[in-house]
Amino acid sequence: MKIRGPVAKLARLGLVALKAVASFAWTALKALAEPAAAFGLALVVGGIGIALFSGLVPGRPAFDYKLPFAAYGALIGGVATFDGFTSTLVYSTPLILAGLGVAVGFKAGLFNIGGRGQFLMGAVGAMAVVTMFGGHVSPWITIPLALLGGAVLGAGAGFVPGFLKATSGAHEVVTTIMLNYILVFVTYWAISGPLALPRAPQPITADVGNLNGALPILIGRDGNMGIFIALLAIPVIWFLLFRTTLGFEIRAAGANSEAARYGGMQTRRLIVLTMSLAGFMCGLAGAVTLLGVVHRMAPGYDTTIGFDAITVALLGRSNPIGVCFAGLLLGAMRAGAQVMQIQAGVPGELVDALQAIILLFLVVNILRRYLARRRGNLPAAPVIAAPGTLDPEPAQ
Amino acid sequence: MSGIAQSLDALPLIGLVFQFLGYVMANLTFMSQTTVAVAVPITLAALCGVLCERSGVVNIGLEGIMLVAAFVGWMAGVAAVGVFGEGTPSPFFGVTLPLVIGLVAAILAGMLISLLHAWLAISARIDQIISGTIINIGAAGITGYLYSLVSGLSPTGAGSFAAFQPPKAVVDVPVIGWLLNAVLNQGPIGLTTIVIVIVLQIMLFRSRWGLRTRASGEHPRAAETVGINVIRLRYRNVVLSGALAALGGAWLSMESVGNFNAGMTQGRGFIGLAAMIVGRWTPLGAFGAALLFASATGLSTSITISPPDGSLGSVIGFVPGEFWEALPYIITIVVLAGLIGRSIAPAADGQPYERESAS
Repeated sequence: MKIRGPVAKLARLGLVALKAVASFAWTALKALAEPAAAFGLALVVGGIGIALFSGLVPGRPAFDYKLPFAAYGALIGGVATFDGFTSTLVYSTPLILAGLGVAVGFKAGLFNIGGRGQFLMGAVGAMAVVTMFGGHVSPWITIPLALLGGAVLGAGAGFVPGFLKATSGAHEVVTTIMLNYILVFVTYWAISGPLALPRAPQPITADVGNLNGALPILIGRDGNMGIFIALLAIPVIWFLLFRTTLGFEIRAAGANSEAARYGGMQTRRLIVLTMSLAGFMCGLAGAVTLLGVVHRMAPGYDTTIGFDAITVALLGRSNPIGVCFAGLLLGAMRAGAQVMQIQAGVPGELVDALQAIILLFLVVNILRRYLARRRGNLPAAPVIAAPGTLDPEPAQ
Repeated sequence: MSGIAQSLDALPLIGLVFQFLGYVMANLTFMSQTTVAVAVPITLAALCGVLCERSGVVNIGLEGIMLVAAFVGWMAGVAAVGVFGEGTPSPFFGVTLPLVIGLVAAILAGMLISLLHAWLAISARIDQIISGTIINIGAAGITGYLYSLVSGLSPTGAGSFAAFQPPKAVVDVPVIGWLLNAVLNQGPIGLTTIVIVIVLQIMLFRSRWGLRTRASGEHPRAAETVGINVIRLRYRNVVLSGALAALGGAWLSMESVGNFNAGMTQGRGFIGLAAMIVGRWTPLGAFGAALLFASATGLSTSITISPPDGSLGSVIGFVPGEFWEALPYIITIVVLAGLIGRSIAPAADGQPYERESAS
């Protein structure tokens, strides 16, 4: 028996829509289940760690089982306000940008550990442009050019290891790390030399806020425009990866570099381009942080963004949308860590340790292994494609 | 004689080269001793890499292993001082009970972290570069966390091992006196390292274990066919190599400085990996490459402590100090990029091995 009439039609339409939503939700849930499980387990392990060493925290007894709850409570409480929310967005901004940079590398089978150096070059480049204009130019020109200058200098820092790999085969993991240390010294030199404020008692750069270079605050107390740059970068990188020829080549090379070479793609050119693009994004992260948050550089200026971006890219499965969520998660942890340190006395370095534990659980596929064992299957293939596999020369 | 030297030094441009040679000759004793000392942790890291990669496991986590070992060694020393007191340093390398406890703890910690890497790489078969990166992130995070807690208590550490002082007769031997001094004027870990290099070089190429290690790194399936237990061999090598990287970490916190700082390894593990590649995956070659990289530090330290005079001094005065600090890393990159094409990794390096299962 068939029911007719407009009401039935509407009901059927509703059913179809409901099915689509449910299937989308199910897919999203499945995609989120593994990172969520890894995150939850890491919190438990981290909590045990906090309790184990609670005797070292001032004013706490040894093996204080309440301390982990106090710490996590302070962390969540620090994020769950409006200021905490904007602060999360601010912390997430460079994480998303640099995470996209690392993710693009992963997609091509390249492992960019040079985020630290590229970020610093981004900050130096942006500072150099702002210093050069010296506040004589309108912010409408200064800010875009400073962002571009930082990103281009960051791209240069990514180009070098890419070029070395393409021409000599030197593995990017070693060269990017060496370059990080070199660029840290270049940054110190820039701060105490060409970028130093004249007549200052100690080496320090000018404040970009005095030179028409600060990103405007758009949300709340400290939510600067950089947030929107990061949000804009997500669809741009997505489009680049999934709707352009270069993106197709990047993904093909990452999936099977031999096949990509056989298909006529120039892998050397691809290595240089991808590493430069990765450096561009990390440099942009540095420029946005300088212009939007720190505003000036003093000697010792450094960043943890290099490792953080790797975590974000791995956690987000090298997918731009995944990177967005992973960046927000880690940004919230970084924002809450400040409050945690003040309120519970638990050092903010906890977040670094948690990152490693999250990744550990993620890569060993706890959930998948468990399900596979219950079903009697072999463990599933690793979630993360092997990085560092894109070689300039064909395999012998 | 000195008249000729002076006129050579006065030559335009080329004179600078002669002045530089003269400066190096004058400071050779100090420079060579510093170079060997700085090369010690790099060499130990490189040896750890050689042991792992020759059997087919890539280990970029050795930076983290060194950091954890440096921290645990220092921390165990602090704890031991709390329990046993500082003790009087023996004339033999200034050894005290807390120092020995620290050293043993550091080595055990390094082997434990290596075991984790071995499990991830060999049994869980996850990507070995990712596994190493996780170890590096975790090592930085956990040592940073604990150090920030412990340093608030301003603890008393166990100090550091003393260097062996070669007798004056040895240092004054003509022509090679500086070399003998450089090799012998080291602490216990430094001297052990030189012995380990030689022993490993012989073992790797002349012993049954060495042949088996190389076989499972080049062609694990063939190795398994002739009855070598590849999985067990890789486990053993990776865990043992952890002790080497841990010695490197212990050198930092217990022989060089006598203290711990967050992130104190400063990329030495990665320089060690570069030394391994440049040294073509041999212990002696790696040691040579480590000496080359370390000589940059030897030179820059010498220039900082006693700057050269004359026109060389004024030229060097124009170079920013940061350049000298970055020099070891610059040399590492340049040498790595220059030599890499002629340095070939073991064939099965980084590939997880899977038994052909009968089931």
